[in-house]
Amino acid sequence: MNSEALIEISDLNFSYGARPILKGINMTMHRGKVIAIMGGSGSGKTTLLRLISGSVTPSAGYVKFDHQMVHQLNRNALFKLRRKMGMLFQFGALFTDLSVFDNVAFQMREHTNLPETMIRDLVLMKLQAVGLRGAHQMMPTELSGGMARRVALARSIALDPALIMYDEPFTGLDPISLSIIGSLIRRLTDALGMTSIIVTHDVQESLKIVDYVYFIADGVIAAEGTPQEVSQSVAPFVHQFVHGEEEGPVPFHYPADAYGMDLNLESRLA
Amino acid sequence: MPKRIISIIQGIGHRAIEGTWQVGLASRFFILVLLKSTTSLRRFGLVMRELYFVGVLSLIIILVSGLFVGMVLGLQGYETLQKFGSETAVGTLVALSLVRELGPVVAALLFASRAGSAITAEIGLMKATEQLAAMGMMAVDPVARVVAPRFWAGVISMPFLAAMFSVMGVFGGYLVTVVFIGVDEGSFWSQMQSNVDFRQDIMNGFIKSCFFGVAVTTIAVFEGYDAKPTAEGVSIATTRTVVTSALVILGLDFILTAFMFRGIS
Repeated sequence: MNSEALIEISDLNFSYGARPILKGINMTMHRGKVIAIMGGSGSGKTTLLRLISGSVTPSAGYVKFDHQMVHQLNRNALFKLRRKMGMLFQFGALFTDLSVFDNVAFQMREHTNLPETMIRDLVLMKLQAVGLRGAHQMMPTELSGGMARRVALARSIALDPALIMYDEPFTGLDPISLSIIGSLIRRLTDALGMTSIIVTHDVQESLKIVDYVYFIADGVIAAEGTPQEVSQSVAPFVHQFVHGEEEGPVPFHYPADAYGMDLNLESRLA
Repeated sequence: MPKRIISIIQGIGHRAIEGTWQVGLASRFFILVLLKSTTSLRRFGLVMRELYFVGVLSLIIILVSGLFVGMVLGLQGYETLQKFGSETAVGTLVALSLVRELGPVVAALLFASRAGSAITAEIGLMKATEQLAAMGMMAVDPVARVVAPRFWAGVISMPFLAAMFSVMGVFGGYLVTVVFIGVDEGSFWSQMQSNVDFRQDIMNGFIKSCFFGVAVTTIAVFEGYDAKPTAEGVSIATTRTVVTSALVILGLDFILTAFMFRGIS
């Protein structure tokens, strides 16, 4: 990884009220790479994406995107920065009152003064890239889950961003749609020279396509490495996560009082 | 026992504080929408599209209700007035009741339940399905792009809907009293003409409906934007839009009436 860094995250802390979510995260993400951020549910992965996009402000540390401190930007500067970012939401978040075509054209119409004929060509090209040119007249409600996510992908690459963030892109997809989305992420990243960050807990699919993996647990980076390093890792957490084992450092039980106390066994026995 | 009383008092206090917060937040949101209205006014097509959904699609319920309200007014008015031998004044009664009160108020109540609830549900669902967040991520301000056009569409269509309600009502009154019962047509219209004042009655009714339009659409867009992003949250927000709008319309109507019609003979 000797290409230029697009995102630098340094000693990043974030908490909801008194509850710490992220504790001292350090990451460097280079241009042209696909990076996976993995971790159990509620480990703060999505929060990290929200910090990168400037939707929330860190309690300490910083995120630098393209040499700019994200949390120090005012609203206009942040919106300007976000034009270089795309985000694929978990279920696509397509605008249900607009057709597939208008969804993909949305950003072009909002942010550029391109003539309608050129927008049409660009939209069809983006849809062709995700294999859905033939569906451009359909409404989002007529699409299957996998198709909706591909349209959302076409929409997020509409203005050729430098970065795309994927929030759980594989959730709820059948195996075919799942590998289509996976290979699309890889192909588009390479073809457009952008950076992709995938937040996921789908280990097998993401290890096939990513360049680098970070594991987050309890708000810290528990492990990191290339897919090969990660699959061969003997570190207990990584091993448990990659192989989906029930026993390991991640407990099955949510922290609670002693079982006997909750069932009032002590008082009954006394 | 004192513990229960304390908790009841706490509950009341909590709700009062919560309510005050909501009023404050809604007012702030109202100003925010006004500040971010330039996009809507520059790209009026966005407002036109919403005008169709908010205004045109509300027409049927407004027109039909107006007709029935006018017919009932005509019947009741005739029944009472004929006891005093002044049944020809029924035109005046119908027209004044409609343009001063029933037109703006009932049209606003219907508008809140037809269009207000739809606006809340739509914005709330867009929030629940992350469409608003997605828009923000695309560097497009959802308040300017989604909320403001709906707000202006509501504000613009309300006075027109109220006017059409009154027109249909007058027609309904005419239908019942003149066509069915046989009150003299000439005196029906001439009494109405001489007793309904353009500035005092029609303009005041128009001003009322403008206030109601602003109030109802502000509540609708605020509740939608403020809704919890879940199915339950959207349903609660929709109900709140209708209930709050109804209370605000009736309360506001009293205040406006007190200012407008005090001392008019």
